[in-house]
Amino acid sequence: MRPAGKGPLDSLYFHYPVFPAGHAPERDGKRTRHPVVIVGAGPIGMTAALALARHGVRSVLLDRKDTFNDGSRAICIARPSMHILERIGAAAPFLAKALGWRFGRSYYRGTQIFRLEMPHPESEKYLPMYNLQQQYIEKFLHDAVAACDLIDMRWRSELAGIENRADGVALDIATPEGNYRLDADYVLAADGARSPIRSMLGLRLKGENYEGRYVIADIRMDHDFPTERRAFFDPSGNPGGTVLIHKQPDDIWRVDYQLREGESEEDALREENIRARVGAILADIGHTKPWELEWWSIYSANTLCLDDYRHGRIFFIGDSAHIVPIFGVRGLNNGLADADNIAWKLARVLHGEASERLLDSYSPERRGATLDVFANATKSTRFMTPPTRGWRLAREAALSLSLKHEFPRGLANPRQMQPYAYSQSPLTPHTGRDAEFASGPVCGSFAPNARLADGSFLLDRAGYGMTAILFCDGTPDAEQSALLDQLGRSDKRLVPLLVQRTGNVAGAIQDASGKIARLYGAAPGTLYLLRPDLHIAGRWKTIAADEILHTARLCLGVPTP
Amino acid sequence: MSQMPFDDLEAAYEALALAIDAAGEKREALFLTRLALVLAHELGDIGVFKRAVQTALEELP
Repeated sequence: MRPAGKGPLDSLYFHYPVFPAGHAPERDGKRTRHPVVIVGAGPIGMTAALALARHGVRSVLLDRKDTFNDGSRAICIARPSMHILERIGAAAPFLAKALGWRFGRSYYRGTQIFRLEMPHPESEKYLPMYNLQQQYIEKFLHDAVAACDLIDMRWRSELAGIENRADGVALDIATPEGNYRLDADYVLAADGARSPIRSMLGLRLKGENYEGRYVIADIRMDHDFPTERRAFFDPSGNPGGTVLIHKQPDDIWRVDYQLREGESEEDALREENIRARVGAILADIGHTKPWELEWWSIYSANTLCLDDYRHGRIFFIGDSAHIVPIFGVRGLNNGLADADNIAWKLARVLHGEASERLLDSYSPERRGATLDVFANATKSTRFMTPPTRGWRLAREAALSLSLKHEFPRGLANPRQMQPYAYSQSPLTPHTGRDAEFASGPVCGSFAPNARLADGSFLLDRAGYGMTAILFCDGTPDAEQSALLDQLGRSDKRLVPLLVQRTGNVAGAIQDASGKIARLYGAAPGTLYLLRPDLHIAGRWKTIAADEILHTARLCLGVPTP
Repeated sequence: MSQMPFDDLEAAYEALALAIDAAGEKREALFLTRLALVLAHELGDIGVFKRAVQTALEELP
């Protein structure tokens, strides 16, 4: 919502473009079968289209609106998401505009009780978190979409019907010019929390709703405070409730405050009440200069998801598949990981390189990630919005003891988004090999980055197919060479990387200090196999050719004997 | 169960009664919750703590 007298897209700082509907060739009777149709051009749909394009796959991207989503909405981009944005070629404008951060503070009745410090090892290329309004996220992704020949973006195109058949999907599209039919091999449902595709298929999200409600309000003010997450428990500006403050670019600040019990939603959303409550909160943090109200909305926490993210040839990605609480910033970030996950798998299948069975791994991997988010988010949600007297008392006990004592302070930790490890995935069959390692990233986890001697990073060298990292001093021996050859024959996109403490094989990564080997818990002869999404498919202290080839074939969707 | 001497248990009983009165009726629930959290931390054993919670909860009159 916006202040009286302003239109829904009348922003203080962002100009909403209006996109024309365009003319669909199907309206002239042209029947093309499209490999992928993506419904919904929000951040997740656009990322999916760009990721497919990066793998050489065409898509049609539909949105019923004629512009970006209103309001700042999801504002936190986590480190793994920056890697996704980098690999779809869209990271530069994000880095130029977004505000990176890694610190936070929690206060109880005005006194600081917890200092959040997210680790930022020098081996990492990106900060743990970046704040950026969703309009900018959508604009930057759309700039990349508009520049991409493989994406056919169609605004003002609303899904009116969908038929999910064994041999393809038929979509009925409504436009200002009239309806037309679109045929697709596969459909990605990126149509958001109220997903029309979900309703059309008769599917329902299942899970929990939480009681506590928050108003989220954006204001513009000249306020001198670094980009940190600030959480205020029971502050005098919102007695009995919680307040969160985040900084965004363009002098925009996000103020979230918890509604009191019994406060009606209608009252809470009235402009004069928003102004009064925000004013009290600002007075409390010592901001006495003027401020302007930009946009506001209301929010209550849910942990809801579909039982299966795949229905035949239709895949649900982002909010259409799962609704997670905002505390911990996992909604957008998990949606981006969904898009990245399905894109490389679909690309393999559509290029005829993988059997359709590869697509079966999408739902267990990404639904697994959602359930993991629920476990963490449920804890932070209970802390942010205690649902009963018992939870309220326990929290007040913990917070009040935190004023003088260290031991309960960790309970105020917001448990920000951590990337999920696909250790239970059908594509990660040899997790038992983790036992051979004393340290380093486990099977299924996101590969850690490392800074190389020339200032570039290890993951910059990873490919868009499988990547094999072989720790090897000197030239690879006969067994190692034979394995890399065989891997290269099963995956023509394979990128083999040699990491060497000694020796000077051309193109090898020099690791004279042993820094990368330590990070990966590797000895000479160790091999890590990375998937196209930079998760670790497997790791072996020394080569076990059968297992490595088996894992690679699974990730490539090649049927194994 | 610990081998707390009876005299010590009696002293704990008295300290508890006095502390509940000192906290006052309005804040007794918060005080007791804080006390339980501090004791859990001092105890350092989640199994023992959960058993204690059960003991205190069962057959609550």
